[in-house]
Amino acid sequence: MAGAVQTSACPACAAAPAAGQVAGSAAAAAGGAQVLLSLPEIHCGACISGVERSLSAMPGVRRARVNLTLKRAQVDVDPGIAAADLAAALGAQGWAAHELDAATLAGTQTDRTGRDLLMRLGVAGFAMMNVMLLSVAVWSGAADATRDLFHWISASIAIPTIAFSAQPFFRSALGALRGGRLNMDVPISLAILLAAGMSLYETAQSGEHAYFDAALSLTFFLLAGRFLDYRTRSVARSAAQELAALEVPRALRISADAETMVPVAELAVGDLVRVLPGARVPVDGIVEIGATEIDRALLTGESLPVAAAAGAEVHAGEVNLTGVLTVRVTAAGEDSTLSRLADLVAVAETTRNRYTSLADRAARIYAPVVHLLALAAFAGWMWISGGDVRLSLNIAVAVLIITCPCALGLAVPAVTTAASGRLFRRGLLIKSATALERLAEVDTVVFDKTGTLTTGTPRAENLGDHARRDLEVAAALAEGSAHPLAQALAAAARAAGIRPARVDDIREVPGHGIEGAWHGETVRLGRAAWTGATQAEQTATYLQIGGRVLTFRFADSLRDGAAQAVAAMKAQGKDVILLSGDAPAAVADLAARVGIDSFAAEVLPEGKAARIEALGAGGRRVLMVGDGLNDTAALAAAHASISPASALEATRVVSDIVLLGGSLEPLGDAVATARSATRRIHENFGIAALYNAVAIPVALMGFATPLAAALAMSGSSICVTLNALRLR
Amino acid sequence: MNVLSYLIPISLILGGVGLAAFVWSLRSRQYDDPEGDSRRILSDEFDDKPKED
Repeated sequence: MAGAVQTSACPACAAAPAAGQVAGSAAAAAGGAQVLLSLPEIHCGACISGVERSLSAMPGVRRARVNLTLKRAQVDVDPGIAAADLAAALGAQGWAAHELDAATLAGTQTDRTGRDLLMRLGVAGFAMMNVMLLSVAVWSGAADATRDLFHWISASIAIPTIAFSAQPFFRSALGALRGGRLNMDVPISLAILLAAGMSLYETAQSGEHAYFDAALSLTFFLLAGRFLDYRTRSVARSAAQELAALEVPRALRISADAETMVPVAELAVGDLVRVLPGARVPVDGIVEIGATEIDRALLTGESLPVAAAAGAEVHAGEVNLTGVLTVRVTAAGEDSTLSRLADLVAVAETTRNRYTSLADRAARIYAPVVHLLALAAFAGWMWISGGDVRLSLNIAVAVLIITCPCALGLAVPAVTTAASGRLFRRGLLIKSATALERLAEVDTVVFDKTGTLTTGTPRAENLGDHARRDLEVAAALAEGSAHPLAQALAAAARAAGIRPARVDDIREVPGHGIEGAWHGETVRLGRAAWTGATQAEQTATYLQIGGRVLTFRFADSLRDGAAQAVAAMKAQGKDVILLSGDAPAAVADLAARVGIDSFAAEVLPEGKAARIEALGAGGRRVLMVGDGLNDTAALAAAHASISPASALEATRVVSDIVLLGGSLEPLGDAVATARSATRRIHENFGIAALYNAVAIPVALMGFATPLAAALAMSGSSICVTLNALRLR
Repeated sequence: MNVLSYLIPISLILGGVGLAAFVWSLRSRQYDDPEGDSRRILSDEFDDKPKED
């Protein structure tokens, strides 16, 4: 249905050509599949039509529709057409495209909550305009029967609208009351309900003051705040989900007759899966056939690959480097990484829940004060007027309405929307609602090494120490392998203008290295034990030529902006600490390169979390920046946490902020923006308080009119929003 | 004051039409891709007649 509506809603729509639409309606009948592609680089109208034209021209594609806001394409294809092929074909035509896992994105497809809020906001807006129109007539002097008529029409518009539009507040307030708490929605709901009820009573009594417009504009402004807040978070959530969906969880299952690509969720314990070199191990299991080297950097932080042969245990998330492996599954789906992930997320949630947001803290002070004031006004006027219930109630309700938390309700979302938008443009994804507030309080920053401060790709260090002829042999051998160290060596040799020597019979010995014949001698490039070398302290590979052994040392290359990020943090007066699971020599070297004085090596995952908890117990507010599964507990324990987009999904899920670009440089800016955002929020609370300090005495003395309430409400809301916009 | 007897219904109906239009636009997912739609309007590739087979 969605597809049909889409095409009719946009008759001039550019590029889904008629052919595609006609075929599209047939697709539903023939039961085609739907594929999602991520298009990170599209940015203009020409890109839309270009991508849609290219996709529609591909065989098997029935309909393609690009969404520029989400930078995504939705493609209806014939059964049997693989998304990866479409992505590759688009890539060949110059549009970078990646396959997305539709199941992971299912949540964002039907964005019900957002549309629901928008609908309520729209209804409240239209009702408010109509009631305002009628109110203007009353304010400008309509009297007697005309005023009553206008009040009755207003009531018939306002009451159903409030019943529909204000539901989110009523529900939240009810939930809070049931739990024995007070949140901002309690005074909001009370003000809306009392204003509507009191006005209805006044209308029935032919009274002078009806606050229908105030009740509606209160609903409208607060819904606007709520919608802004929701949209900010849903942008972050859909971007985070897209990151997750980029890793399509599939595995190559070996059955009796064939190898088939199946979703990881379908694997069972005892299945055999094939893991190709360069691929991530999809499940926990035991190697049945094959020997290789395994990169565990994401799980443990070790930068050196580990050898694995038949009988060795491998874990989901590790990367297979050299040989083809056949793995017997020991824990699949829910039992392996997924359950670990769920556990860790649960831990993180409790850590976060301990934090009370500024808005909640304000509500805790504000709600009782307002309710007591209204009660006091009622009691006071009962005494002054000698028992006039109607007058006293009128004044009490006016106090409630005029102290409306309109500005308070907008104070936080307006600022977080502005700040999140600004940081999103700099490549930072704010995932948690209170992340900015917590980030602003940080005084200590803890970095992980491998994959965070470094890119995790090695860089050859000592080419200059070796003779050119030896380098030529090394380059020839290195060209023959996909191992990261070999690749780095080959790249360095190419950069130095070294041409590979003629080495014959090059073959890779999985788990050991590469072997070949050069001038009748056996030459080997690989692990220390295999080449007869002594293991160096640093990451290294060894070249054996006859009886000679040469050592090639490697250092992890620094991530872009790492040194700047550390410098920025120090300039802001924060303590910077490096905690790594790697060997001491490598850690000390890196700490010196980026300028960190305080570091610790060979820290176990539990050790990291314990260190951070100890810092927290000592009164420090810790920001943890890490990417590995070994950092997850530490990220969850920290006051605020940041992980790069290259991190495992489990790690990204627990962190508050995800760094989308490759560079660490925006980190300093993120903390600065968080601080100015928190400052703006405080200012907004100040504005709201100031306005209340003027409005409350007026209302208490009984001078408040519906016109005054409407002006004051809009005035304070606009002030707060403008103050938030100063952040840009 | 007789003017009110038709001015009020007119204003209410106009408001109702606006609201109905908003509900329709929301239901037909016209707010799903605001950025893309603002560019598509400038594209000169459109299908103003049915495709001839």
